[in-house]
Amino acid sequence: MLSLTAPLQDAGGLRAGDQVELSGVLYTARDAAHQRFNQLIKAGEPLPFPLEGAVIYYVGPCPAKPGEPIGSAGPTTSCRMDGLTIPLLERGLKGTIGKGGRSPEVVEALKKYKAVYFAAVGGAAALIAQRIKKVEVLAYPDLGPEAVHRLTVERFPAIVAIDSAGNSIYEQGVAKYRHPSLKEAN
Amino acid sequence: MKVIEYQDIVAQIKKACFKANCQLPEDVAAALKKARQKEVSPLGRDVLDTILENTEIARKKSMALCQDTGMVVVFADVGQDVTIRGGLLSDAVDEGVRRAYREYYFRNSVVADPINRKNTGDNTPAVLHVSLVEGDQLRFSVAPKGFGSENMSALTMLKPAQGVQGIKDFVLETVLKAGGNPCPPIIIGVGIGGTMEKAALIAKRATLREVGSENPQPHLAELEEELLELVNKSGIGPQGFGGGQTALAVFVDTFATHIAGLPVAVSINCHAARHVEVIL
Repeated sequence: MLSLTAPLQDAGGLRAGDQVELSGVLYTARDAAHQRFNQLIKAGEPLPFPLEGAVIYYVGPCPAKPGEPIGSAGPTTSCRMDGLTIPLLERGLKGTIGKGGRSPEVVEALKKYKAVYFAAVGGAAALIAQRIKKVEVLAYPDLGPEAVHRLTVERFPAIVAIDSAGNSIYEQGVAKYRHPSLKEAN
Repeated sequence: MKVIEYQDIVAQIKKACFKANCQLPEDVAAALKKARQKEVSPLGRDVLDTILENTEIARKKSMALCQDTGMVVVFADVGQDVTIRGGLLSDAVDEGVRRAYREYYFRNSVVADPINRKNTGDNTPAVLHVSLVEGDQLRFSVAPKGFGSENMSALTMLKPAQGVQGIKDFVLETVLKAGGNPCPPIIIGVGIGGTMEKAALIAKRATLREVGSENPQPHLAELEEELLELVNKSGIGPQGFGGGQTALAVFVDTFATHIAGLPVAVSINCHAARHVEVIL
C-alpha cells in the first residue's frame, strides 16, 4: 500500500495495479462541470481551482446528514468524461479517480502529460465517505450533487488503473484471467 | 373486495426505498461471500473484501450502499380484488419515493426531461410497471436502479435461425463491451422472446430473482448455467481489474414470440443489486 499526497508532485513512479491511499485535497467534477470547464478554457478564463498537480474525483455524492461532512460518495463511470479530460491534462491535471476504463485517446494523453488514472471501488460509497473529512462547495452550486467540491481526504483508497506509461489493469488484468477459448474475443 | 389505503402504500414504498438502498439483500451478500472464496485474482479478492466491508458500514450507519441511489423501478402486481382508496397508485408510489429520498438523504438522480435535463429535486417519478393479477393482494418489488449498470444494458432482434448460439454471443458481447463500467460482479437478466419491449421488461424483472434460485424450466436452468460459465471466462473480474468472478448470476426469462423473430434483452445490474419485496 502506497501513501500519496494530493495534489500530486509526480505521478511517474506509480504503476498500474499499485494500491494507494490518497491524503490531501481532491476536487469533484462530473459531466456538467466538465462541460463548463471546457467552456472556460475556450473563453480563456481560469477554472474554479488550480489544475497544476490536481486530482479530480468523478463523484456525485449523496447529501450529508446533519453533523456529517458528506453522504455516500463512490466513483461514477469515467468514460463519460473521456472527451472532456484531455484539455485538463494539457493544463496540469495529474490524476483522475473514477471507475471503468478510459478511451485510447485519454490513455495517450496520460502518457504525454505524465498523469495517472486511479480507480476507486464502484459501489463502496459508504466506506469511501468515511475517508472524506471536509467538504466545501467551490463552484456551480446550481448543479446540486454535480457541483464542484473541494474534498479534504485521509487515506482515500484507490488503485492505479492506468499509469503514465500507458499500462492498464483493465487490459493486463483481463488478459491474464481470460479463458483461452475466449482469447479471440474483445 | 379488499380495500388498501393510499397512505399505507406511501408508507410501505418509503420503507422499501430505505431498506433497498441501505441493506444489501441476504442472497446477494451470500453470493458475494461465495465469490470472494472462489476469486482467483488477489486484487479481485481485495475488491470483494472492500465491497463486503462497505455493506456492513452502510447497514450500521443507515447510509446508502452506493451514492447512485438510482431511479426507482417498481413492479406492482395488483390483485383484481383490490381497491385502492384515497388516491392513485402511481401518486402513492411517487410520494413514498419522495419522502424516502428526502428523509434518508439519498441522492436525487432524476431529471424531468431527457433533453432539458433539469433535476426534479425529489427523485420522482418512479418507473412503475403495473400488472393485474388474481387475488386480493398488492405486491411490490422496489428496485432502485443505478445507471452505471443500466447504461450497459442492451437489446437486439436476432433472427430465429441464430438460436441459442446467437443468444450466447449477444450476452457475451454485451458483458465484454460493459467491462468494468457496471461494477462487476454483476447480475444479468436475459429476456428472450415477446416483442421488443416485452423482452426488455422480462429481462429487467429477471434481475430481481433470488440469487441461488434455479429456473423451474430445465432447459432454461441449463442455459443460465452455461451463460454464467461463459461470462465468467471473460476475465473481466471484480471491477474489471481481471479475475474469474465477473457475474454472480444469470437469470433467463422467456415469453412466446413471433414466428419471424427472436428478441433478446440483456439487463445488467451491479453488485449492489438492491430490491425489496412488499406484500399488502
